[in-house]
Amino acid sequence: MSDRQVSPALSTYVAFACVGLLAPIVIVCILSFAGEGYLHFPPTSYSLKWFATFFGDTRWRQSLLSSTLIALIACVIATVIGFLAAYALVRSEMRAKKFILSLMLMPIIVPTVITAIAMYFLTAKMGLVGNVLWIGFCHAVIALPIVLLILLAALQGVDLNLERAALSLGASRSRVFFKVVVPIAFPGVMSAALFAFLASFDELVISLFLAGARAQTLPVRIWNSLHLEIEPVVAAAATFLIAVTGLVLLVDGGIRRLRSSLVRKTQA
Amino acid sequence: MTASRSALWRDPALLIVPAIGFLAIGFVVPLVWFFIETLQEMGSFEDMILEAVSTISSRAVVNAMITTNWIALLVTLLTLFAGYPIAYFLANSDRLRFTLVLFCIIVPYFTSVIVRTYSWMVLLGRNGIINQFLIGTGIVDEPVALLYNKLGVVIGMTYVLLPYMILTLFAAMKAIDPSYVRAAHGLGASRIYAFRHVYLPLSAHGVLSGCLIVFILAIGFFITPALMGGPSDVMIAMLIERSVEIMLDWPSAAVMSLLLLAVTLVLYAVYYRVTDVRRMMGA
Repeated sequence: MSDRQVSPALSTYVAFACVGLLAPIVIVCILSFAGEGYLHFPPTSYSLKWFATFFGDTRWRQSLLSSTLIALIACVIATVIGFLAAYALVRSEMRAKKFILSLMLMPIIVPTVITAIAMYFLTAKMGLVGNVLWIGFCHAVIALPIVLLILLAALQGVDLNLERAALSLGASRSRVFFKVVVPIAFPGVMSAALFAFLASFDELVISLFLAGARAQTLPVRIWNSLHLEIEPVVAAAATFLIAVTGLVLLVDGGIRRLRSSLVRKTQA
Repeated sequence: MTASRSALWRDPALLIVPAIGFLAIGFVVPLVWFFIETLQEMGSFEDMILEAVSTISSRAVVNAMITTNWIALLVTLLTLFAGYPIAYFLANSDRLRFTLVLFCIIVPYFTSVIVRTYSWMVLLGRNGIINQFLIGTGIVDEPVALLYNKLGVVIGMTYVLLPYMILTLFAAMKAIDPSYVRAAHGLGASRIYAFRHVYLPLSAHGVLSGCLIVFILAIGFFITPALMGGPSDVMIAMLIERSVEIMLDWPSAAVMSLLLLAVTLVLYAVYYRVTDVRRMMGA
């Protein structure tokens, strides 16, 4: 019945738009497997040599390591703190909930350049430029709002009666939290952690200021090479980042399916 | 168990404390400290105001503000016109098509901005794929300048921000009760009439939130204009970065940041009034 509202002209437009949305990403992936030394589409020959360059070069490998470490730190901080805050926002009788949330979402609204410069100002004074642990901490500021948004949606679906039942059966608040709330929210927490990791792994502007020469992340390395020349090895690095995004979306899809089947089971 | 710990479990509201403390240390303190320190360096309050006025009225800043507003406005309108039909399609199609189209939006949405910008540089460059195609098919003889100008910036930013617009519009359209449109049809309204006088007004607040979020993100944009723009397409965020990185002019950077921050916060306050913030970014 709803299909009647979608005209053929609209369907055609949407089909073209979808091609337009995916094409740039797909083309970069294809080009990263090109055999020639310049970017020509479609490539006349295919090879893995740009990936060999990417994984063989110590500086690219170093940036991959920095990115991974920073993203893991940011992911742990943002997920733990964000989970507690999301639980507080969903469960407590706090007034002005919406207002508090809108303040906590500020890091994704304030232009990153301003945040990055302010962080750099402080970081330089403390002599922490290039410190992986500190950059992870700063990235967690950007990742926290994403964790909050995902977990608020996930926790909304958790039945409050399960907690009430456990409480009335004599479980302490902390026991209810760790034995009931955490296990039920676990799939949502995993999703949030994945996207927190991705947010940090893909972040450029803060890293650009805080990384110095020591902790250059993968996006910073790509940024630097784009200012010199568009070399095909960047296509391999970009494809690697796209693959990480794809992996995160794939795992998240699996988690979501698991979650909906769990919800159906508890409702049955 | 100590008294404070049992209080923590009795009232879950206290679990928000770590997050507030973390954001205070990691976000608020750096911002406040940066503004206070750099503004103090300018001397007395009068000197500060004079310096701020001379920075804001300088040619470079005025030009950057004009460029920023133009590009942000253009990108907002382009994402709206390109995104509205897609969001409408998402809200009114069966499960299979919904999943397919959503996939095409989500993949670029979660791909790194630097990667999305790079992929458009590959397409639009002087020897890029679009020029290779245009010359190869004989449509043009000389490469067309698509990159390192305003056109490149607008294309790149529209691509990057389109998913935000679509997901915001979709969230609003999902809430529209289809029986209203059906009732209009039943009362004899044509499809176009029902759309214009029933559906469009019902989706208006979604249009407003979508435009606000895209405009807010666009005026603070840095990566895409920095890589795809030409020498004359300097946006305010790029000017802020340059004054710190190249000219080491912290006071100017602080004044411009304060201006950009004020505009962003005012727009965010309007956004807060018209939207459920929990739906931000299409969560």
